Amino acid sequence: MPRRTDISSILVIGSGPIVIGQACEFDYSGTQACRVLRAEGFRVILVNSNPATIMTDPEFADATYVEPITPEFVEQVIALERPDALLATLGGQTALNAAIALHDSGVLERYGVELIGASVDAIQRGENREQFKAIVEGLPQSDDPTDPGFGVARSFVCHTIDDVLGAAGELGYPLVVRPSFTMGGVGSGFAHDETDLRRIAGAGLAASPTTEVLIEESILGWKEYELEVMRDRADNVVIVCSIENFDPMGVHTGDSITVAPAMTLTDREYQRMRDVAIGIIREVGVDTGGCNIQFAVDPATGRMIVIEMNPRVSRSSALASKATGFPIAKIAAKVAIGYTLDEIPNDITATQDGQSTPASFEPSLDYVVVKVPRFAFEKFPLADSTLTTHMKSVGEAMAIGRNFTEALGKALRSLEDPKAPFVFTTPGPLRQAQDIASTGSGSVVDELLTVAARPHDGRLAVVMQAIRAGATPEQVHASTKIDPWFVDQLFLISEVADQVRDAPELTADVLRLAKRHGLSDAQVATLRNLSEDVVRGVRWALGLRPVYKTVDTCAAEFAARTPYHYSSYDSETEVVPRTRPAVLILGSGPNRIGQGIEFDYSCVHAALALSGAPDNNGRGYETVMVNCNPETVSTDYDTADRLYFEPLTCEDVLEVVHAEQQAGPVAGVIVQLGGQTPLRLAQALKDAGVPVVGTSPEAIHLAEERGAFGDVLDAAGLPSPKHGLARSFAEASTIAAEIGYPVLVRPSYVLGGRGMEIVYDESTLASYIDRATEVSPQHPVLVDRFLDDAVEIDVDALYDGTELYLGGVMEHIEEAGVHSGDSACALPPITLGSEVVDRIRTSTEAIARGVGVQGLINIQFALAGDTLFVLEANPRASRTVPFVSKATDTALAKAAARIMLGATIPQLRAEGLLRPTGDGTAERPGAPMAVKEAVMPFNRFRTVEGTSVDTILGPEMRSTGEVMGLDVGFGTAFAKSQAAAFGSLPTGGTVFVSVANRDKRSIIFPVKRLADLGFEILATAGTASMLRRNGVDARAVRKFSQGPGPAGEPTIVQLIMDEEVDLIFNTPAGLSPDGRPRFDGYEIRTAAVLRNIPCITTVQGLAAAVQGIEAVRGGTVGVRSLQSWAKAAAGEPADDLVGAER
Amino acid sequence: MPATSPAPSTRVPALLVLEDGTTFTGSSFGAVGETFGEAVFSTAMSGYQETLTDPSYHRQVVVATAPHIGNTGWNDEDDESSRIWVAGYVVRDAARVPSSWRSRRTLDDELARQGVVGMCDVDTRALTRHLRERGAMRVGISSLETDRAALLARVQQAPEMTGAHLADEVTTPTAYVVPARAEKRFTVAAVDLGIKSMTPYRLAERGIETHVLPATTSWAQVEALHPDGVFFSNGPGDPGATEDAVSLLRSVLDAGVPYFGICFGNQIFGRALGFGTYKLRYGHRGINQPVMDLSTRKVEVTAHNHGFAVDAPREGRTRTPYGWARVSHVGLNDDVVEGLALEDEDGALLSFSVQYHPEAAAGPHDASYLFDRFVDLMGSRSLAQAQGTKN
Repeated sequence: MPRRTDISSILVIGSGPIVIGQACEFDYSGTQACRVLRAEGFRVILVNSNPATIMTDPEFADATYVEPITPEFVEQVIALERPDALLATLGGQTALNAAIALHDSGVLERYGVELIGASVDAIQRGENREQFKAIVEGLPQSDDPTDPGFGVARSFVCHTIDDVLGAAGELGYPLVVRPSFTMGGVGSGFAHDETDLRRIAGAGLAASPTTEVLIEESILGWKEYELEVMRDRADNVVIVCSIENFDPMGVHTGDSITVAPAMTLTDREYQRMRDVAIGIIREVGVDTGGCNIQFAVDPATGRMIVIEMNPRVSRSSALASKATGFPIAKIAAKVAIGYTLDEIPNDITATQDGQSTPASFEPSLDYVVVKVPRFAFEKFPLADSTLTTHMKSVGEAMAIGRNFTEALGKALRSLEDPKAPFVFTTPGPLRQAQDIASTGSGSVVDELLTVAARPHDGRLAVVMQAIRAGATPEQVHASTKIDPWFVDQLFLISEVADQVRDAPELTADVLRLAKRHGLSDAQVATLRNLSEDVVRGVRWALGLRPVYKTVDTCAAEFAARTPYHYSSYDSETEVVPRTRPAVLILGSGPNRIGQGIEFDYSCVHAALALSGAPDNNGRGYETVMVNCNPETVSTDYDTADRLYFEPLTCEDVLEVVHAEQQAGPVAGVIVQLGGQTPLRLAQALKDAGVPVVGTSPEAIHLAEERGAFGDVLDAAGLPSPKHGLARSFAEASTIAAEIGYPVLVRPSYVLGGRGMEIVYDESTLASYIDRATEVSPQHPVLVDRFLDDAVEIDVDALYDGTELYLGGVMEHIEEAGVHSGDSACALPPITLGSEVVDRIRTSTEAIARGVGVQGLINIQFALAGDTLFVLEANPRASRTVPFVSKATDTALAKAAARIMLGATIPQLRAEGLLRPTGDGTAERPGAPMAVKEAVMPFNRFRTVEGTSVDTILGPEMRSTGEVMGLDVGFGTAFAKSQAAAFGSLPTGGTVFVSVANRDKRSIIFPVKRLADLGFEILATAGTASMLRRNGVDARAVRKFSQGPGPAGEPTIVQLIMDEEVDLIFNTPAGLSPDGRPRFDGYEIRTAAVLRNIPCITTVQGLAAAVQGIEAVRGGTVGVRSLQSWAKAAAGEPADDLVGAER
Repeated sequence: MPATSPAPSTRVPALLVLEDGTTFTGSSFGAVGETFGEAVFSTAMSGYQETLTDPSYHRQVVVATAPHIGNTGWNDEDDESSRIWVAGYVVRDAARVPSSWRSRRTLDDELARQGVVGMCDVDTRALTRHLRERGAMRVGISSLETDRAALLARVQQAPEMTGAHLADEVTTPTAYVVPARAEKRFTVAAVDLGIKSMTPYRLAERGIETHVLPATTSWAQVEALHPDGVFFSNGPGDPGATEDAVSLLRSVLDAGVPYFGICFGNQIFGRALGFGTYKLRYGHRGINQPVMDLSTRKVEVTAHNHGFAVDAPREGRTRTPYGWARVSHVGLNDDVVEGLALEDEDGALLSFSVQYHPEAAAGPHDASYLFDRFVDLMGSRSLAQAQGTKN
């Protein structure tokens, strides 16, 4: 069946900001879909509030709406664009929920929009527990008496706590709680007793949009699998990939180490699973596209339980696409528009006659893929690190090897977590256990096995320590329920480590054995008491280098035309020679807080800009991407000319460079765009003779090392806040006293403000030094003057060695002290005059020149009084590059990539990549006001006691993602950013106000304005009386610490829990000396998170919110596409209603 | 947990030499010794126990592209015949510890017990790419010989697959009956050219009593069973070198008994209908192959194991002495004929066969409808006969 001709325009909904459980995999899938649909001649209309995505680049759709993904805004887009169809299965749960809401409210019907991919009925059959259960139970069972059968876990659907307790009576403990219609397992968990159950089920009922939870028998410890299924409208079905979880049932699959293909199923069991999966996709009625089905298998009997299905493209689909070379989202988009699988060519294969094989096959893997999660518990020290059915990881790394051990070793070093790769000598966990053992009764092995029994972020390392300490395979399996085959693989790695350690000489055979089982040069070095460089030198001298194999979907049955490679220590390499010079782009590795999709965006842009861009000989470059993050667009084999799915360590990058140097000329390696990960490799690469293009490693050092940077500033005559470098508490205390409190303290060389805090007195300083020096023992602590009441400013600029192009100036909404990644900001700046912008430009140019930048630089300034302080400079692409690029309609990362390879700014102006005159700060009357807001993951974490982690903003970055609001004025743009990040701001109702003493004076005006707008004002006694003295009619309510009143008057926390408050304004009074937040504010903010009520924690945020509320009340907030904004900024009339009624 | 197999460095070294002189080194796996055969690769990621016991692999040295082999050990249920048939087995990583609730012993032990020489730690992808580019060829693997030239000389003396008549070596010596599992509906005479046990199992679950007959069975012996249908199985060797089976099948078709053939049975059917067969460069061996049923245009993902194929026109029908023949199924990867149908003047189905494996084991069950088609065919023919008698 060919492409449908009865539809011509398609609305695609993205997934919005990056949050835990829904990350950049949906940019990958959405970008693929947009590409496919446009190539097929459809008009593509896109809605996504996330500016850091590639899919929202204006060239990927005909009309790109960076607007909130709420039913109200999407309806406006539909009304304006009148699409024929809506494709919502590629934007995660966010897009699916928006589509269902639009269907339920009749919008789709009213505008005649057809939902393609999956119907509302199918979505509901897949997600509604009872319907799904009926489908699974209706599938035919084998008539073979030895067949262990399949079904769903015994369960009850509950809508109240009483239902829940009744179900527990039937099933017994432990139990699983699963709320309906939430993504990433929000609100789900294991209950071991009634207290657990009440807490988890209560939260689950609240989290579910249908107030529905499933109470289910426990299948903890079973084997866990996933199948990725694809169906077309002719009912052809293929299984794209099987995935087996290394961590048994009980850990969310997003938090599990997962392996593809399945490792421990016989064909009989695998085919039974396949039959059930196909039966499910047919019965649920996913007409076209991908879905993901999860299974549990009882390791003792083989009884199979179907856990759930997602009737859409998922995180696992992205992983499966990268793992197999079968691009699920791309194929899903093609089948959604009518093609059948046999009509779609497999991009990767080339048969003897030069044709491709069709997509109606099942990929065969001749390698092993391992995905490992990346956690961020160091950002949330109070959060419980136990892994449950509720996803907590913020990113993941994937590695490919020719066996499991090789892939696992590569995956663990891809995490860039020094604790992740196996340590075979005596490390921390073992020592801890020995300490425990020396004081207690248990043996070291017993203690380690006890620690390993609790699934947590460091479990794998503990398991290896238990093995090293003498645990048996049976003990490891009994403690962790990890499958015996996987346990043996860990023993194998341990035995290899022993052989490496004990070999009389580091021979080629010993090294080959180590490399074939995934040991890095660094691990070998530790085992042999050598330096990593020496091991590498020996290895190279022995001629032992990895070969590069190809991901080809077919286990080499057919030739591959797509150079998608991975390394392995095997005999034959498949890298083909080339004539054009190669540019290697180093990606940013696994997503983490502080380094995510924004960096991938810049890397993708470099690939797009350089592929085919003229080099000095006019031949054009061949782009080579190196990255290990399966969620990203950069690791799509369509993005760069060649893709190496490899860890971003010095060893692995040097080998890729070597392989590419064997294949042809290498023009250089770009380290500037992938964040701190590649930047950290710059010097080592240069030392190894690798050409690093753009800003030199020496220049990077100038900007990053405090002392050297201070000299650059001094030479340019630029002030920075007083600061000092301390290696001990005594030093820190002296410096702080000299500078004056409050001071900002942090370890050096960090991204995302790790371990950064504002301290107001010496005792807090002491407790900080205690904690921080554990974080980073080699690195000293920086003590800076903290600029209270300063305006923080961020700039991104290009410098080519002679000319500066200021990309944009962002004014932060929160004051200095809130991490720039967590702060909302506005572009163009809302309060800065042109004189200040000129000073910023001059200062930026002086720094860029002083450091020696060639490419991008990001600088943070603080304007305190009339002094423009320089806070820090990052000689690389920053987190804000995509935001600035979208807000100013200029592709900064593309320009940067060209500059790194020798293009000049005048040349890029002439080409049209940069504006012909002026820069990103030039005033353009029709240009939008853009507001960026950060999205926080607080609702994902609980402390060990089960309470929420605190939600205040500080110098430590905690946000996972961001959204952008675009409109004519600041108020509306801010309101849109809030709607996109948290849901719409209330336009009436009740506001609760509680602020620290230092903020009381500043809030009078905005709170009075809210009262004038008709809001009822609640406040704690002190604040209420202050407000009343200033003419604001505020009602006093009881603090949480006061408890309910004599007549049962509720506390503010109770009122929030009862949803009697619509907006909360609460500024924190700082941390108590033990590093825990002060009590009342914490309870208030926690309740706000639980009830999903907007909670503003800064004075500046309140002022912005008031403006936003006024703007929304002032009239309809319209929508406008980026393409339309570009026209407006160029002075052409726009064809929509934005700003028309104001 | 069972005892582990050898530690990584304690295996005996082994040598693999292809007839073109290409050499791979690795370690001994299974029995220590020396073996020769035709080197073929299989891309299946599951089902090595079924593969190793599939008689179609007789005299072939199978290279597994899936890197980890042996993970689920060896059980007492999944054998497709009474023994391992492959001449040798080449893998990359052999499991030390199996994991499956049904496992009884390690693959390593079972190979050794049955005297099957294997080899591990081989760059199986490089070997597969070589076979893809140069075609299937003879190979020798040895954990005794260290002289490459000596082994190569022996490889070049080993028999070739083209022209090999192997059915007699794999067929059952005596006839046996697999009873229907449900209520008995039909009797089928199944000629064993290397039959897999899943085939009579699939027939049995549809109410068929299967008489499995030696490859040397005569038409008179078949006729004496009064079968409702005749089945020819899969099996090893060159279909061009098999004459007895072709003439037996012609007798079946002459008698108008419904026929269903799988794999070798498809090639024999093609020859009986007057088509030729030819050797594929490197064959189809895997369980992920897309095949289209040309009558429904539906795609099924199927299990393949064939080095030869039928040469028949993809379009149109061909007149044969038994009716109209047409290609019913094609492989979508390379347009190879994957099924034949024999129809009467009105297009009603008389007999059919497929080149691939609807019985699967190992492999997906997408094509199991073909067994239903066979049952329907026998049903409609016996109905027609019954009506014919009444008229």
